[in-house]
Amino acid sequence: MSWIDVADLNDIPLPGARVVKTHFGDIGLFRTGEAQVFATSNACTQDGGPLSEGIVHGTRVACPIDNSVFDLETGALLGTGEGHLQTYPVRLDGTRVLLERESVLARGAA
Amino acid sequence: MGKKKLVVVGAGMASGRALEHLFEAEPGEWDVTLFNGEPRGNYNRIMLSPVLSGEKTYEDIVIHDDAWYAEHDVTCRFGEKVVAIDRDAKTVTGEKGDVAYDKLLIATGSNPFIIPMPGHDLDGVIAYRDLEDTNRMIDEAAKPGAKAVVIGGGLLGLEAAAGLQLRGMDVTVVHLMGHLMERQLDEAAGYLLRKELVGRGINVLVSTNSKQILGEDGKVRALELENGTELPCDLLVMAVGIRPNTALATEAGLACGRGIHVDDAMVTSDPNILSVGECIEHNGAIFGLVAPLYDQAKVVAQTLIGEEAAFAQKELSTKLKVTGCNLFSAGDFAEGEGREDIVFRDPARGQYKRLVIEDNKVIGAVLYGDTADGNWFFGLIKDGTDISEMRETLIFGPAYQGGAAVDPLSAVAALPDDAEICGCNGVCKGTIVKAIGDGATDIPALRATTKASASCGTCTGLVEQLLEVTLGDSYAAPTAQPMCGCCDHTHEDVRRLIKAKGLKSQAAVWQELGWKTVNGCPTCRPAVNYYLLADWPLEYQDDPQSRFVNERRHANIQKDGTFSVVPRMWGGMTTPDELRAIADAADKYNVPTVHVTGGQRIDLLGVKGEDLPNIWADLNAAGMVSGHAYSKGLRTVKTCVGKDHCRFGTQDSTGLGIKLEKKLWGSWTPHKVKLAVSGCPRNCAEATCKDIGVVCVDSGYQIGVAGAAGMDVKETERLADVATEEEAIELATAFMQLYRENAQYLDRPYKWVAKVGLDWVKERVVDDLEERKRLNEAFELSQSVYRKDPWAEHTDKPEEFAPVADLTQIAAE
Ligand SMILES: Cc1cc2nc3c(=O)[nH]c(=O)nc-3n(C[C@H](O)[C@H](O)[C@H](O)COP(=O)(O)OP(=O)(O)OC[C@H]3O[C@@H](n4cnc5c(N)ncnc54)[C@H](O)[C@@H]3O)c2cc1C
Ligand code: HEM
Ligand code: SF4
Ligand code: SF4
Ligand code: FES
Repeated sequence: MSWIDVADLNDIPLPGARVVKTHFGDIGLFRTGEAQVFATSNACTQDGGPLSEGIVHGTRVACPIDNSVFDLETGALLGTGEGHLQTYPVRLDGTRVLLERESVLARGAA
Repeated sequence: MGKKKLVVVGAGMASGRALEHLFEAEPGEWDVTLFNGEPRGNYNRIMLSPVLSGEKTYEDIVIHDDAWYAEHDVTCRFGEKVVAIDRDAKTVTGEKGDVAYDKLLIATGSNPFIIPMPGHDLDGVIAYRDLEDTNRMIDEAAKPGAKAVVIGGGLLGLEAAAGLQLRGMDVTVVHLMGHLMERQLDEAAGYLLRKELVGRGINVLVSTNSKQILGEDGKVRALELENGTELPCDLLVMAVGIRPNTALATEAGLACGRGIHVDDAMVTSDPNILSVGECIEHNGAIFGLVAPLYDQAKVVAQTLIGEEAAFAQKELSTKLKVTGCNLFSAGDFAEGEGREDIVFRDPARGQYKRLVIEDNKVIGAVLYGDTADGNWFFGLIKDGTDISEMRETLIFGPAYQGGAAVDPLSAVAALPDDAEICGCNGVCKGTIVKAIGDGATDIPALRATTKASASCGTCTGLVEQLLEVTLGDSYAAPTAQPMCGCCDHTHEDVRRLIKAKGLKSQAAVWQELGWKTVNGCPTCRPAVNYYLLADWPLEYQDDPQSRFVNERRHANIQKDGTFSVVPRMWGGMTTPDELRAIADAADKYNVPTVHVTGGQRIDLLGVKGEDLPNIWADLNAAGMVSGHAYSKGLRTVKTCVGKDHCRFGTQDSTGLGIKLEKKLWGSWTPHKVKLAVSGCPRNCAEATCKDIGVVCVDSGYQIGVAGAAGMDVKETERLADVATEEEAIELATAFMQLYRENAQYLDRPYKWVAKVGLDWVKERVVDDLEERKRLNEAFELSQSVYRKDPWAEHTDKPEEFAPVADLTQIAAE
């Protein structure tokens, strides 16, 4: 696997999120612990709300528009309703945050 | 027979306790002369750290005041050192003269160790031992931009560093060993502690040796490390250890090792001279914590009155007195043969627990993060309890033994007797528990006997829990709706407990009130963040990550993820220049929609997130600030044009509106607050359906509160009629503050007033002038932090609003 350096840990509020722009839409980088980051698609599956603007709690985020709660580890929508966020492999190298290259670039090339 | 003459050298914590025991056992029989090097009597040295951090004052930590010494006929010679002892003549020589003794008690404590490296005698190099050191640190920290270096990452050094940092200093800790507090903590706990301190902004260097202290004009300038790095500083605190203060005893020819040798009865090698405290050596051990000193003090008093007593060394436990750093250590936790560890880690919570077991007994414990069970483990260590039966669940503490679940009442049960339960009537837990014991076994009876919960009623939940805790199963409290699934408390209880327990951080709330989640949920975290900032405006720092998007972005998010921007127009007044600047901004940032709001403001809708800091900068440049159209705080003060222009106008309604808005803007409240001022009862500004509405009349101002015009429509209720603008502003402010202090998060004023009753509000805001003054002062104090433009704080950090990376610029392979 090859990795692409996208951010420094310290640029992501704790607990909080930042956005990475890609060809196929925004990815949310969610920091849930000192050295714990998850990456998922940023749009709420229900009404499209930008999840990176939601309240990050535990390893979950609540949509700022409709309060849908997602598990950041699996991307699953919690509670009632159907929906799944795309998740992306993340790796930390010291304080650098890396995303897996293929998964975040491939679809853009297509 | 005359009184027995006792001379005491050193008025510290050990001799102070010994004197208490002595006077209790033989009141009036002793003629005591008490010398002290420090120019004061006995105070709680341990509490210097809270004094340094500003949580306490010196007055709070005095143990014996002048009255106490007078009551016990103690001749105080404070600020005077004893320079010699003549054992043959049985006299001591103070700086101002001699005194004879029958018995002499040496309690000279210890001296901080100063590493004799070059520069150690420069001005600004201090130890951390007494009030003078503490005051020096407070003074240095008050200088803007001051920097401090603390050498030593043990208990004292870290308490000094945390205190200095809280006072705004830039602090670096330099520690020789590989992890902090290596004498009390193992590596894992040392790591967590370091992480906590670094997270607060303290620099921590471990495995670092110092070379010399550099000075300029006789004053410290920097610390040079062995690797050549220079750490600039205006203050250098050396906290590298203490040495028993034996100078006087050695001089007098008493047997000394590291400390003054004493036997089990605390007698030195001279039968008429006793010694107690940090200056002694007992069976090869010396002491640096108060618990054993207090045991010694008891023994020395018994020896003085001729009773047999023997001091025995016990296990010790340590806690760090840095607010928010929870750590506990006791016993022996070195790894060794035949020893086993039980370790529990919860990285998400930053918790670490380790028990060291030998022969089915706990011999050591290190806890970090959650120290609630520290004393229980310490008890197991001291008692040598056989733990083989409970081994599996031991690490989870006493609550798990026997399978009992964690008790939701434990937070209330754990409150000390003097914790205030009812804020209105100042009734503490002790009072209530006593009243319950005396037969007041339900709420009405408690209200009648103690007044607890008899006023605003917000403490009722806690009083009910006290009934439950005190009476056990025979009292069934009505079940109240908890705040959310994360905890068992109602909003009211959480607000009260934050005040009663002095909880000043989210971590403290989670920990102390038994939150079941790591850091709350979107329901409770914004509420707790608000309660903390409202109760501790200076101590607690608002946490944007605990706010809904609008308050974090200082703009309202729209359905499509864009934002709306509303500049403030004081009292609904604007100028051609402001309008031009708004029009220019709308053009420049391609704002699709411009709307005039119901609160007399202009709303620019459809601004992209990353443009926010730039449009704010443009509006700031034209003199406009955030209109807080997004906040649970003061929104708008709407006005009519009033008597300057309207023929019906009775007062300057716009002028008052502007004054009110300038006073109240920026403040956070449980929910949004809207005001209006109408110039006459025709009420063109619709003041009678606002949270606070003023209607001007010939005789002055009618102040109404608790109106609503949303899902519910409700006319305001009359708070008071006043004659002057000043009074109108004072009452509006007091009402705001009372609401800020008491309402549940997301209750608009009309809902809150319905719960507590308008009469209760009037009593405080209108009738009780002292309370009205206090409310105004508390509001101003909070405003000293929050009356500022949040936009201006973000215009220089536009990158925070932009994507952290843009991968559309990178081609796929
Ligand atoms: C900042 C700080 C935090 C601490 N925190 C804790 C804690 O959390 N837990 C804990 O258990 N312990 C703590 N300690 C340690 C505790 O304060 C000491 O163990 C205790 O105060 C020692 O008591 P003492 O009576 O032996 O000596 P002291 O309290 O030091 O009293 C000795 C007194 O003797 C006077 N004296 C000395 N020589 C002479 C002389 N020749 N003539 C006249 N007077 C003389 C000195 O001026 C001094 O006032 C802390 C200490 C400090 C400095
Ligand atoms: C260890 C500390 C304390 C204990 C054990 C304690 C206990 C008591 C007791 C037994 C009473 C008398 C009740 C009666 O009249 O029947 C009382 C009254 C009272 N206490 Fe405390 N108290 C303590 C500290 C405090 C503190 C720190 C405060 C203030 C913050 C306080 C505020 C009051 C008030 C206002 C009353 C009168 C209540 C009333 O009758 O209206 N107490 N307390
Ligand atoms: S409220 Fe009265 S003073 Fe104000 S504009 Fe209307 S009529 Fe005039
Ligand atoms: S009235 Fe309803 S639709 Fe209109 S702005 Fe308010 S909340 Fe939105
Ligand atoms: S706090 Fe007890 S009645 Fe108000």
